[in-house]
This record gives sequence, structure tokens and C-alpha cells, in this order.
Amino acid sequence: MKFTIGWLKEHLDTKKKDSELIDKLTDLGLEVESFESLNSDLDNFKVAKIINTEQHPNADRLRICDVDIGQENTVKVVCGAPNAKKDLLTIYAGPGSIIPKNNMKLSVSKIRGVISYGMLCSESELNLSDESEGITELNTSQYLDKIGKNFFKSNSEKVVDLSITPNRPDCLGVRGVARDLAAAGAGKLKNISNKNIKKNGSQTIKVSIKKEKNQGCIVFGSCLIKGVTNKESPKWLKEKIISLGQKPISAIVDITNYVMLDLNRPLHAYDADKIDKEITVRNSKNGETFEALDNKEYKLSDEMCVISDKSGVLGLGGIIGGKRSGTEINTKNILLESAYFIPRSIRKTSKLLNLDTDAKFRFERGIDPESIELGLLKASELISKICGGKISNFDIQKTEKFNKNKIKFNLSLFEKITGFKIKDHEIIKILTDLGFEVSRKKLELDLKIPTWRPDITQPIDIVEEIVRVKGYNNIETLEPEKTKIKDTLNKQQKLFHFLQRSVASKGYFETVTWSFTDSKINNLFKENLKEIKIVNPISSDLNVLRNSIFTNLIFYLKKNLDRGFKDISLFEIGPIFKDSKPGAQLTVIGAIKSGKVSRLIWNEKERLVDVFDVKKDAIQTLVEAGYDRKSLFIRDKSPSYYHPGKAGSVYLDKDDIEPVAYFGDIHPNIIKKLDIKTEGLVGFEIYLDHLKENKIKLKDQKPNFEYSDFQKSERDFAFIVDKNFKAQDLVEIISSIDKDLIRSIKIFDIYEGENIPVDKKSIALNVTIQSFEKTLEESDLEKINNLIISTVESKSGAKIRS
Amino acid sequence: MSYIKKIKDEYLYKLNNNLSIEIVNQIKTELFGKNGQISNLFKTLGSLKTDERIKYASELNSIKEELQEKINSKLQEIEIREVNSKLENEKVDVTLPEREINRGKIHPVSQVIDEISSIFSEIGFSVEEGPDIENEHYNFTALNTPDNHPARDMHDTFYLDNNKELLLRTHTSPVQVRTMLNGKPPFKIIAPGRTYRSDSDQTHSPMFHQVEGLHIDKDINMGHLKGCLNYFIKSFFEVDKIKMRFRPSHFPFTEPSAEVDIGYELKDGKIVIGEGNKWLEILGCGMVHPNVLKNVKVNPDKYQGYAFGIGIDRLGMLKYGINDLRAFFETDYRWLNHFGFDPLDVPSNYRGLSR
Repeated sequence: MKFTIGWLKEHLDTKKKDSELIDKLTDLGLEVESFESLNSDLDNFKVAKIINTEQHPNADRLRICDVDIGQENTVKVVCGAPNAKKDLLTIYAGPGSIIPKNNMKLSVSKIRGVISYGMLCSESELNLSDESEGITELNTSQYLDKIGKNFFKSNSEKVVDLSITPNRPDCLGVRGVARDLAAAGAGKLKNISNKNIKKNGSQTIKVSIKKEKNQGCIVFGSCLIKGVTNKESPKWLKEKIISLGQKPISAIVDITNYVMLDLNRPLHAYDADKIDKEITVRNSKNGETFEALDNKEYKLSDEMCVISDKSGVLGLGGIIGGKRSGTEINTKNILLESAYFIPRSIRKTSKLLNLDTDAKFRFERGIDPESIELGLLKASELISKICGGKISNFDIQKTEKFNKNKIKFNLSLFEKITGFKIKDHEIIKILTDLGFEVSRKKLELDLKIPTWRPDITQPIDIVEEIVRVKGYNNIETLEPEKTKIKDTLNKQQKLFHFLQRSVASKGYFETVTWSFTDSKINNLFKENLKEIKIVNPISSDLNVLRNSIFTNLIFYLKKNLDRGFKDISLFEIGPIFKDSKPGAQLTVIGAIKSGKVSRLIWNEKERLVDVFDVKKDAIQTLVEAGYDRKSLFIRDKSPSYYHPGKAGSVYLDKDDIEPVAYFGDIHPNIIKKLDIKTEGLVGFEIYLDHLKENKIKLKDQKPNFEYSDFQKSERDFAFIVDKNFKAQDLVEIISSIDKDLIRSIKIFDIYEGENIPVDKKSIALNVTIQSFEKTLEESDLEKINNLIISTVESKSGAKIRS
Repeated sequence: MSYIKKIKDEYLYKLNNNLSIEIVNQIKTELFGKNGQISNLFKTLGSLKTDERIKYASELNSIKEELQEKINSKLQEIEIREVNSKLENEKVDVTLPEREINRGKIHPVSQVIDEISSIFSEIGFSVEEGPDIENEHYNFTALNTPDNHPARDMHDTFYLDNNKELLLRTHTSPVQVRTMLNGKPPFKIIAPGRTYRSDSDQTHSPMFHQVEGLHIDKDINMGHLKGCLNYFIKSFFEVDKIKMRFRPSHFPFTEPSAEVDIGYELKDGKIVIGEGNKWLEILGCGMVHPNVLKNVKVNPDKYQGYAFGIGIDRLGMLKYGINDLRAFFETDYRWLNHFGFDPLDVPSNYRGLSR
């Protein structure tokens, strides 16, 4: 919404400074986007005087002019115009100026070896006239005292640009803005002068609104203006249109636009001679087409509100006119339309046709239904004044009568909501100034809502009107109360924050990536989850919701590898999606690690990252979060995007069905497919939703502190087992032999090769044995030793290595 | 008599020299060995008369002690000297690098969410969350934004079905709806999370983060709203004073509605929050619309209160001097390292937000 202060003052009688008005607009909730000259480029053109001229040493037709531009020093300008003489008053454009005619930007330049600072302009270069012979000659008496001043004045009026919220259609017209300012004490709203225009005869084109279901038009007002001469708009009107950055077209079009911008009253002018007999406002039929003023053909479906004549559709009501009946420069007779269209209908139609116009924008927000006659009046008056012609009587077709909405407003509601008091009479004044009809009944106001405020429907809206006009700065700042209703975080949220920092503390950089991703990459990690497509993605490579955190992590890992990083550890904690339903999502940690460990560390041997790096990180994270390492159970199953032989899953308990984590090498096929250039790539995932609550809580009392000071003994064993036999099972067998005596078991070597059959391996363990009751004697140790060997051999088919 | 003194003086003198451990041991043998000089003198004691013997024995004993002590200290001295010279040869270059440090980082968005949670925890808010996928009802209709409302155009929505029933939430406000439907007033919650809008340019990202705030009770008014936000902004930017401006605005789900600007100034091209004379819009808020309360089965005649929505990423950018929103989500290792936080820096009430 744009207007100049001058235009505003046509509606507002005010002595306030521009800056005060601007501040007031902001305070009222009419956000000022900008307040500046629309065409500030023109400030570069100055009135100047040629002090002296001399011949250019290298060019006969060029002269070097000494130009006074109102500053301390004169400037040298090379000029080829024959009329560039001493004492001439002309127009100077400095370096940086943009010449209106050709949009050329000036710079300091050498012309045939002589530096020229800027340029002296011809009238044609400034679009002042077609005069291109020589530079502009300014009248001495008028301009002598203006040397150094801006030549262009009318354009220097600043334009206010407001960002109008969707609830304020009334402020899409200058008058609405003026009314708000007046209510806020920034001046007085001027009355609209109601000159009686001469109306002759009746409107002879028959108009009817068809009564049908979902009719989008309620009122259709019109008048005929016969015998007009359409032409270029007069200067004042052109300037108004230009000042808002729009292009003047013809007087008739400009006038309808002007009334719309002034009063937020959209109008449409038809060439009356192109209307076939009569006008019917009706619902469209599926398949109907028409060519709109934007030169596009639209195919209509059912129930779109169209203005039609005997030959077909003339226009889409309240959205866009048709080409067939548009006014042209030689139009003689016009039919002026001023109507009310239902916002819902406008919105539906424009959405279906994907059509956005200024009229649509306004009707969709709600036009004042009572402004129909005012619009016809103002526009026809201007048209007859500028283009001549005879105005017919106004024809108003109406299918519904408008009653002003009423609200009962309890005066105490204001303080209840805003927390501060204002006097009743002040409330009444504010509402009256905004156009409400107010009658007071004790503690209640009976209000009639102005027809231009479709947004006001209930008492709370009245509170907003009052507090907004009174000023939000009157609201007190109350100290916040610290009472708590609930714990800040619930269990799951605490876990989230703990795990997030736990993983980061292991050297991973946390990243946050988009919840959507490229379906091509997602497919590699999707497993049996459903692909969730976005109907309107921002680009085709961000077209699905992610089924796995790895999708984006791997994509960005590759980018970082391409940046020259080798050893990268990244993780993200966030949602993955199972289905396109609210809540069908899981919170997952995904972490990946590439390259080597201890690369180029002088005192350590470097090695590739491997499955046991990520196994450690996953398990340590779980242990830190309070899960008992001894209960964790590992299986060698993993999703297909992991290496089938070098990956596993973690269960909180042996009997659990759902794993809480996966870890392992990423499948080499994926690395190849995505063309990831790294020496090693491993990763892990933790599913927060599968992590059951810990039985032992941090707040619980700790178990009794029990320890043994009796002597510990350590024994080493080496068992030869089948290659597929799992170390976890071997440890489980040994530890369950005597939970009281066997205190710890450590696997310190795995051996395959010489002296061991091909399908076997050797597992070497160190077992710590200690009693709570006594120092074990050699015979006790011998006994447990033998028990370990015999139990392992019988339960696992292993053989002790001798 | 003079004989034993002579022995004493002679050996004490010898032991004052710079000796090897072997020589000292040899001296020890010479004096106290089986046929050592002192040992032999003790052997002569038996042949003396009682009174002489006592006297002589005591003299002999004191010389023996003196010499033994001297020998022991000499041996100790040599031992220390030898260890020291051995250690001298074991010297390493301690300026060589330590073993690899594995330092991870927390993303600024996560850090800021923790800071926000910590601040609101202090004034009694709890954290609620909601799903990223929403239906049209929770995201719009229940929030007083019916289908024909132009305010819907302010949100460029990602849809998951052609009927536009399922979508990615465009704001965190649906969490208000869910929270109120599932509970009974009073409500005092914040809801941080991911939000989505289908515009993407230099200053917009199709995904960003918001935190929703909601406080509903019997008598919560706009003064409480102002107080709460004033407290939050001051705490978040860790400044004593803040310039704040409430401007009327419009959101379908609040009435009256406001946008909040804070004062700032530019210093060396960076925005400094506080008392500057420029205004920066940072959040939207208002009193929850009675229609919304009705939609979630809360009686608007009994209960009222405020709601607000703040862009988390933007807060982080302002506080930590990050210029580019899109970089938040581009996973540039260098960026994460530069703007990320140490995982041990957990914002909390008692130790403050920052170090």
C-alpha cells in the first residue's frame, strides 16, 4: 500500500510533521515498510551554470566547460553541444547519475584524453521533450538563484509504503489510513465533498444477478457514461499514478485505479458498445473460457462468479476483466461497474485459476459494501470532467440487504485484557472516530460496526481497536511470576538433551539438516518404510521426507570430503518419518565417521575407522545415559545399508524385540553409488523412542557399597571355537558359572591362522576370580578353573587350547 | 687412643672425596668387614680391664657410628647423583604435540534452544513438543485461520497430499492446540521445534526453528505478556537493559496482536542488541483469540492469556553474530567448528547461559 503524504493530506487535516505521522502509523499497526522518494535517482540532476568554455585540444566539435554546480569548486565537463556557451544555465548530471532516456549510468571518464566529470543534459535525455539539439537552456530569471539545487521537484515527494495486515482492507485505501490517523489524534478526517453531479437518463444496459447457489456477487452497481473522449491523463493524475510506481495508461483506466487506491473501491470500466445486449452476473459453467486483460485465456470450472453478456463471459467478477469488452483509447461509451463480491468466492476462484490481481487482493479481504455509490460518483465525476460525456442514473442491483453488525461491549473487558485503565469517554471517542456508532448503556456499549471493517466481529476486536489507537506503550510491564505448574522437561526430553551432548562429547560435530531430502538418496536408506512425497517441493532433489538421518548426513559428508576434509565425525538428532500422518515420526540420532583414527599423530599408529569405533561410541552413549552395559545385548543383524558382515544392533535386554541402536560399516555399494571418496566410513544410530525408561533412576538411593579385600586371582584361557561362534556367548557362559566368584572377564586376543583349523578361531580370555568371604586357596582356584573349562567345552563345543 | 682417632680422621678425609660406589663399599669393608680395622679393634676389647674397657668401648662405638653414618650418607649421595644423571638422559621434548584431542560441537540452534528452555524454566514454563507433520485443522483451522482466510497466504505451505489435508507445520502454534486439547488450564508452556515454509532465498530457509509460548490462566493480561518477553529478551541477550517496542499487528490466532521490536545499533558491521536507536523485529505475540480457546474446549469467559512465537535461528544469529541463515543447515564442517559450542557448555539457571 503506497501513497504520498500530499495525497494523505487530501483526506487528513493535520499540522503534524511527516516523521510524526510515520511514527503514528507504526503505533497504529500500519507497519511502515519504507518512507522515501520513489525516484531518488533524479536527485542527481542539478541546476548549473557554465562559467567558461574552452576548445577541446583533440576534437574540433567538443568543448571543455567549467561548470558551477553550487559547490566550492567548479567541475570540468566535456560537452559537444553547439549551444554550450559561457553563462548558460543548464542541467548537470554528476557521476553516478542514471540518464532517464537510455538508463545509462554516468562515471568519470576520459573523452579524447580529457577527463569529464559528469554531463550536461539535453531535454530529450531527461525525457522532458523530444528536443535533442543541444543542451537544456534554463530561464535565467527563474533559475539563477537555484544553481546547485535539484532540477526535479515534483518527484521528490516521498512515498509511504505500508505493509497492511490481511485484517485491514479499509487501509488499502488512502482514506482508511487517514481515518486511523485521525482517531489516534494526528489530525482531522476531512469530509468527502459530495458535489451533485448531473445525471441524465437511465442506465440502458440491463443488469441482473442470477439467483443461484453460491452466487459470488451480492450487489452490482453501474452507470453509463456516453460520449467520452478517452485520452492521456492530466498531469496531476499521471503524477499520482507514477508516484506509486505504476504506469499511467489512459484517463479512464487511471481514474478507476485512482478511486481504488484512494477509497479502496475497485471499479471496472467496460466499453459499453462491446457489450452484447445485457449483463448477467452468474456462476460459470465447467469448460467455459474467456480471454482476460492479461492476454491469457482461462478455462473456468463450475461456480465461478462471472460477468457475462449474451455472447459469453465478459470478466471474472472482482478478479479480472475480459479483453473483449476492455476500454481503448477510442472508446466512446463506457459502462462503469462498482460491485460487491463475497471474499470466499473470490478466494476460491483465484486459487483454482492461480490468478492474483490487485482487485482480487482487495475483494478477498472484504470491500466496504456501502461504497458502491460513492465509487460510481467519484469516478463518473472525474471521467466526465476529464473525458467529457453524459452520466446516466446509477443502477444498483442487490440480492441482499446489508445490516451493520452489532456488538455489545462490556467496558470492563478492556482492562481485563490489557491490564490498564482508560476513561470511558476516551473509549467512546476512539470508537466514534474510527466510525463506530456508539450508544452507551451503563457499563456496556452498543456498537454498530462500520461497514468497511469486516474484521471486527466480537468484543475482543473492540479491545484491540482501543488499545491500538491508545498506544501499546501504555501497557505495563509486569514482573514474571516464577510459579511452576510442571517440570520443565519430561523424561524423553531430558534423554534427548543428554544423548545430544553425550554424542558430541565423543568428538562428533552436531549438524541440523532439513527434514526433507532427495528421494534418490533416501531410497538407499529407506528399508521397508513408506516413501513420503512432498506435493510441492522447493526442488526435485528435496522431494521426500527423510526415512533416515543418514540420507542427509551422507550427502553433506560427501560435500565436506570434497572440501578436502578426510577424518569427519558428524551427527544429527532429529525426526525421521514413517508415514505422512501427524505423529508417525521417530526421534533418532544418526552419526557417521569417515577416514582414519590418529592420522599423522607422531606417537600413535594411524588406522582406518572401524565398526568397533562406532560400537564404542554407541554403547558408551547408552552407558552414560544410565543403561547397564552388562544387560546390553548385541546381535549381528542390521539394516541393509550397513556392511552385512561388519555391523550389528544393540538391545537393552537379551529378550527385547526392538533394537535401540545400530552400528557398523556403511555398505560399500552405497559408498560406491554415491561416489564417496573416503578410506573408511562407519556410523551408528540410536532410536530414542525405543529406549525404555531406566529402572534405576539417578534420584534413587544407591545400593549398598559392597567390596572384597580378599586376594584376587587372574587366570588366562584360550578356547578354540567355530569361526562363527560369538564372543558374547562365550563370556555369557563363563560369567554364569559362578556369579559370586567370577568378577570380570576380558577378551584379550582373537587368533586365526597357523596351528588352528581353518574353520576355527582361538579366543583368549583373562578371568578375574575373587571371593567376598575368604582368600581362595590353590585348590579352590583349581576347582573353578576346571569348571570353566568343562562348562565352556560342553556348552559351546570349544576346546581349551593347550 | 690416638690410633683410633687417626683411623677416624683418615677415613673421614677419604670419604669427603668424590668417590664411586665401589670405593665406598671397599672402605666399608676395610673398616667393618670381617677383618676390618674397626672390627678388629672391637675384638681387642676382651683383653682390657673392666674400667678401661668401658671407656674404650664407648669411644670405639661413637667412632663406629660416625663413620657408618658418613658412609651411608655418602652412598645415598652417590645414588641420588646416579639417578639424576640417568634421568638426564631420559629427557623428552615436551613441546611435541599431545595425543589427538577429539572435540565435538553442539549446533548453535541446539545451544539456543537450551538457552531458551533454561530461561523460561526459571519463570515456570515447561517444554512441550508436537509432530512435524500436521493436519490442516491443527495448523490453520483450529487457530482461527479458516480455509478462506487470506492469512493462509502468509504461510507458503508444504503439502503431503493433493487434498491439502496433511502438511508440514508452518509454525509451532499447533502445539498450543494439542497441549490445550490434551490438558486442563492453567497452561504455561514453550514449544520449540522445526517449522517449514516453501520459500527459499538468501534470507529464507524452507526449514527453520520457532519457539512457541503459551500462558493461559484466569487473569493473564497483556502486562504479563510484556513482562515475560522483557524478561526473556534481557536474559537471552545477557544485557541489563533492553529497548523494546510493541507494535499492533495481526495474527488470526491472537487478538489483540503485536509484533515486538528491540533496539540495536551497528558496530563494525555487526548488530549489537541493547539501546541503539534502530529497531529490529524479533517476534510476534498477542492474547490468545477466544475462538482458539473455544476450539480447544477452554472457556474464554473464564480463561485468558497470551501466546508468542519467536524465530530461534534468528535469535541465534543476532546473539552470536551469524550473518547467513542458510549456513545453519548446510553442514559445512568449518562452519560447525566455528559457530558450534562445546558439549560441556550446558546453559543452566545456576551457572548462567554462557561462560
